[in-house]
Amino acid sequence: MLCDICGKKQATVHLTEIVDEQMTELHLCDECAKEKSVQMEQQFGLADLLAGLSDMGKQVKEEAGPVTVKCLNCGLSYEDFRKVGRLGCSECYNTFKKSLSVLLKKIHGSNQHLGKTPLRLAKPVKTKSTLQELKDKLQRAIQMEEFEEAARIRDKIKELEKNNKETEDAA
Amino acid sequence: MQLNDFLKQTSEWLKGTGPNSDIVISSRVRLARNLDKALFPSRANKKQSEENLEKIKEAVQKVNLLKKSLLLNLNDLDNVDKQFLIERHLMSREHALRPDSKAVVVSEEEIVSIMINEEDHLRMQVIQSGFDLFGAWEIIDRIDNELSEKLQFAFSPEWGYLTACPTNTGTGMRGSVMLHLPGLVMTKQINKILTAISKLSFTTRGLYGEGTQASGNFFQVSNQVSLGHSELEILENIRGLIKQVIEQEDQARKTLMQQHKQLLQDRIFRAIGTLKNAHIISSDETIELLSMVRLGVDIGIIKDLDRKLLNELFIIIQPAHLQKIEGKKLTTQERDVKRANLIREKLGG
Repeated sequence: MLCDICGKKQATVHLTEIVDEQMTELHLCDECAKEKSVQMEQQFGLADLLAGLSDMGKQVKEEAGPVTVKCLNCGLSYEDFRKVGRLGCSECYNTFKKSLSVLLKKIHGSNQHLGKTPLRLAKPVKTKSTLQELKDKLQRAIQMEEFEEAARIRDKIKELEKNNKETEDAA
Repeated sequence: MQLNDFLKQTSEWLKGTGPNSDIVISSRVRLARNLDKALFPSRANKKQSEENLEKIKEAVQKVNLLKKSLLLNLNDLDNVDKQFLIERHLMSREHALRPDSKAVVVSEEEIVSIMINEEDHLRMQVIQSGFDLFGAWEIIDRIDNELSEKLQFAFSPEWGYLTACPTNTGTGMRGSVMLHLPGLVMTKQINKILTAISKLSFTTRGLYGEGTQASGNFFQVSNQVSLGHSELEILENIRGLIKQVIEQEDQARKTLMQQHKQLLQDRIFRAIGTLKNAHIISSDETIELLSMVRLGVDIGIIKDLDRKLLNELFIIIQPAHLQKIEGKKLTTQERDVKRANLIREKLGG
């Protein structure tokens, strides 16, 4: 099969495009496919999706002051972020806190981290809640007769308790 | 250890062992981490990027599990080498595109790989054979803990690990499972299943991750949400979902065997016949046929082949692998011939 665009080379990439509910299939050679993918990225990327999600046009003006506010650490403005879909540094999270809080909630359905903490910041309190969580899980696994899973959780609890003891001893 | 040494070994995740390995090829967990306050790779200038790269390299090389790993600067690799790493699932396509100030670290058995200065400063992954997300998690958790004592990661108690893209914020974790679902494809139930999966906020992708089409009945399922749940909870959710998909696939295979046994046998034996006899073959055709042969092995229709060999074939018939084996550049046509030769040799055709 020859490429649909140049009509010269062998088609190696097969693309399905949906525009206004019309589905078209394109068969392209390597070169034309590369060009096409660049075009598509320009047309629609993650940045557009994020911008759509955060509905930024209004929000920034209303809530977080002018769009020209820049991150002091890396110089990125929220407008830049909307265009590229990527933040510039960890400080951006402070600079654009209000808008990001809304965006994170829209993406993840939550804006409170419940996962692990880097060791150097971890406090014993946190480990304790993880420990309780694991103990509950162990009970559930036993009830569901998922013994392989239960054994795994039991080992994890043992390890955590050992770590806790070591931390306490060190302190 | 050198890059070419990988040619002589089968990656750990291709061993075809581990739980449910008739349907689940591999389980992978990846974590995104960044250095506190340092500019993210897309924003940093060359000097900053080099500094970050050096700092991370030093820390990574001190990690216990990575003592014998291979560290590669992307600028030292040619295009075939880079493609080779992508084909082995050790690196992303995006990482290869702009090689400046980037590196990849690969552990001896190819279980662990860490991309430095990809979209985030660190993208680390662990891949295990079969359905073993928690096994993969335990390894990556240990590496992450060690690294977090050597590097100051960008972290907020409220939002967790801070990443370049807000879709990764929180745990920075993506758990994914590579499934082989020929039964669901042949019984035309796959779209229903994929739709259900996406409604539950999981993503399905093709063989090579983001933006790739499913080929050879392979599907990668991963979590979309990374904030608001603990890592174990997220993995548990994927595990529960995948368990159901496995049951559905099992059922579909049984139905095919009961109601369309002849048709199924015909397709499987034609597939192996073509593979054993072809003299020119494209990688797309090979993957489609290998998928049928693998199904034949999994349901006991083909008895004299093992999964490890088939899994290995899926990888070594790819363009960069063929060129590495041959030791020189090959055109598409030359590759199609080389591929057919290699398959005949491996399958004893």
